Amino acid sequence: MTKRMFLVCVIMGLTAGWISAQAQPAKVIAIRGAKIIPVVGDDIEGGTIIIKDGKIEAVGKDVAIPSGAEVVEAKGLCAYPGMIDGYSFLGLQEISGVSATVDNRETGRINPQVRAIEALRYDSMHIPIARSNGITAALVAPTGGLISGQSTLIKLDGWTNREMVIKSQAAMQIEFPGIRGGRGGFGGMGRGGAVTADATRLIAELKELFKNARYYQKRKEFAAKNPAAAQPEFQETLEFILPVVRGELTVMISVHSDQDIKAAIQFVKDESLKAVFFGVEQGWKVADDLKKSNIPVIISSLYDMPPVWDDGYDSLFRNPGVLNKAGVKIAFSSVSASVAKDLPYHAAKAAAFGLDKKEALKAVTIYPAEIFGVDKIMGSLEKGKTANIVLSDGDILETRTNIKKVYIDGQETDMSNRYLELLEKFKKRG
Amino acid sequence: MNKTITNLLTSAIVLALIAPPAFSAEGSILIKNGTILTVTKGVMVKGDILVINGVIKQIGENIPAPEGIKVIDASGKYVIPGLIDSHTHIALAGTNEGSEAITPEADVGEVVNADDVSILTALSGGVTMVHTMHGSSNPIGGPNVVLKMKWGKPSEELIVHEALRTLKFALGENVKQSSRTITVGGPPPRYPQTRMGTNAIIRREMLKARVYMEEWDRYNKLKASKTPPKNLLPPRKDLRMEVLSDLLRGKIVARCHDYQATEALEFMGLAKEFGFKVQALEHTWEAYKIADELAAAKVGISVFADSWAYKMEAAEGIAYDAGYCAKKGVLVSINSDSGERIRRLFNEAGKSMKYGGLTENEALSLITINPAIQLGVEKIVGSLEVGKQGDIAIFNEHPMSAYTRCEMTIIEGDIYFDRAEYLKDREEADKKAQAPKKGGRP
Repeated sequence: MTKRMFLVCVIMGLTAGWISAQAQPAKVIAIRGAKIIPVVGDDIEGGTIIIKDGKIEAVGKDVAIPSGAEVVEAKGLCAYPGMIDGYSFLGLQEISGVSATVDNRETGRINPQVRAIEALRYDSMHIPIARSNGITAALVAPTGGLISGQSTLIKLDGWTNREMVIKSQAAMQIEFPGIRGGRGGFGGMGRGGAVTADATRLIAELKELFKNARYYQKRKEFAAKNPAAAQPEFQETLEFILPVVRGELTVMISVHSDQDIKAAIQFVKDESLKAVFFGVEQGWKVADDLKKSNIPVIISSLYDMPPVWDDGYDSLFRNPGVLNKAGVKIAFSSVSASVAKDLPYHAAKAAAFGLDKKEALKAVTIYPAEIFGVDKIMGSLEKGKTANIVLSDGDILETRTNIKKVYIDGQETDMSNRYLELLEKFKKRG
Repeated sequence: MNKTITNLLTSAIVLALIAPPAFSAEGSILIKNGTILTVTKGVMVKGDILVINGVIKQIGENIPAPEGIKVIDASGKYVIPGLIDSHTHIALAGTNEGSEAITPEADVGEVVNADDVSILTALSGGVTMVHTMHGSSNPIGGPNVVLKMKWGKPSEELIVHEALRTLKFALGENVKQSSRTITVGGPPPRYPQTRMGTNAIIRREMLKARVYMEEWDRYNKLKASKTPPKNLLPPRKDLRMEVLSDLLRGKIVARCHDYQATEALEFMGLAKEFGFKVQALEHTWEAYKIADELAAAKVGISVFADSWAYKMEAAEGIAYDAGYCAKKGVLVSINSDSGERIRRLFNEAGKSMKYGGLTENEALSLITINPAIQLGVEKIVGSLEVGKQGDIAIFNEHPMSAYTRCEMTIIEGDIYFDRAEYLKDREEADKKAQAPKKGGRP
């Protein structure tokens, strides 16, 4: 090698190194002086959070700030983990009354094959609105029918649907047949026995489906081992129920009345399913059964009337508190796209009616993370977790609180949204 | 003679001295030691409110309790005016007369349903008064009615006669039946099917009403003249035109359901063209686009906090609408339009602090004094002032906090909702339900 060639190589090497360093800077952010509410553990007054490579490198009172770190002065602000919406239609519904913009409800009754992630509109106008209110992740669920499809767990940031994925297939959504058939108003609940008889038949149908899926699985396994044996004929429904009966995919069962909740607990036990319940408006009546079953609960929107008047005007509001006291793991949900931003206010409403305030906060952060099996990476401000951080000027569950900055994966997100764009546009009129 | 007068006077004085207190137990109450948010006269940190015979008699510190009066301890709590919902459809036995486009004769005041449990849900959220309206299926719907949430009283006693008479108009997608599915063999589409047609049909009715009104004026003038013509016949009575001519005469004001800026401006144009008064526009999700026009025309708005994007015309509804318009000088109220949302109307109003930067008091005004002005009842309700009716709500925390809860709702000095009482009843009922059944069949 000549001296000249060596020099060229050195320069090339240096340049390459410089280029790669430019492409992937080890960006370090230090959020300094905030009141840190880690959710897990005690609050820290005037603490510091170090973000490195999208993760929380350190959290504490006396944390040294590495040289070269971008320092965010957060004195007077509070730092919270990003909130997680336990059940939403974000990205599947733009204008709920215009079917061209609605993708959360497939036709037919049994649709295990449909996946929310595959229809997710990453640039939905509702996502930045929710995000700029401190919500950094959400379950997006299909609805309707008996088996609605597969929900997805997303972070509220990304340039494509796939970039937003936390868990592409989070759960199989099942609308448990009951006194009240499916979601959408409490109209049917508690009225007449005809629906109940129908429910029994529908539960039997579900069981039959699961039985067939298990048999389908066996036949597939048998065929795989025996070259002489034919594979079972492809059956779409059974094919997509397989992960559920194998215990690989959680089922989220939408269930509402006390009797149905009991029946659903039995169903989960009989079928040995990994289950989460959703809705559970009359859970307070069977809180002990729920506790014993160990099935966690995504509380439905509190913006609804009591299922039956006898439950009391405040039954939906106090339900989360009763369940929490009984030891049931709960998380809140918006059940919405256009007002998914209201997630914290559902939690606050439950707090006004008996739920401990700290528990209310957990039920929009660490509890949903645990329920969705992502608590190792999110749901609290702890070393090693993804840096999903919200800086606010007050209690994150309070209506008047302003959210100042939202970090997802350590990246500061764009706080602009449809509201602000339109406001700014028309402010120009003067 | 003189003696008789003296005797009478003496007995009157004696009677006055030994007479029972000059108030009835019903309608009288003393609320003590609360943080009073008067809305119009500032905040009193530890104050009392005395209501006598349904009317606020005194607001101050350490008001001595008249003997025999009901006393409520509001220590640590917030005492505020009863909330007013400027746009609902509760407590009615019918909302829409959608068979025809023009139905000003269909008066919801005639179908008040005092048994609607929405009255209770309203009370549980501190709401004491509502403007309950004809639906939005027709360009010209019908007269609305203002009610007090006096649960348990007959319908007639709910109606607030002091309120302005209001007539419901509606524009946009609902009246042009955008969501309607045309079925084979079904009825043909109803005119109008466009926003052009909607304006045109309202103009047609106004022109008709103007002729009707002029004909009656001519008749009445001739009839009242010294020499009325022979065989003077009155014009034909028309119930639709009666209502519309009252509108043109200023005896009724318009309340108009609309969403988009264009239709709102055009409706205001019609009002100018025919000289009727638009008291407020409903929903008006695009009010922020025309805030200056609204303020200049002194047209108020009654809007949602953030319920939007449920139809095309609500796609540009921003949560800043209420706050932004209020700051521009528009008279704004937040409404529920729902038998459920009504019980968290205070939560909805609170959102205008975050989106729009209103103060606590400005936010509270959106559901108290502002709707009172829109309904023309600001002299009797909407704030806590001496001489106004004793419509009061008590909250455990500041009503604009997300953590707050309504504890008590009082109308004209009478308690209509009492959470403590409610909890006691529930506890007793639970005990009864859990108690082992005694005996059994003999």
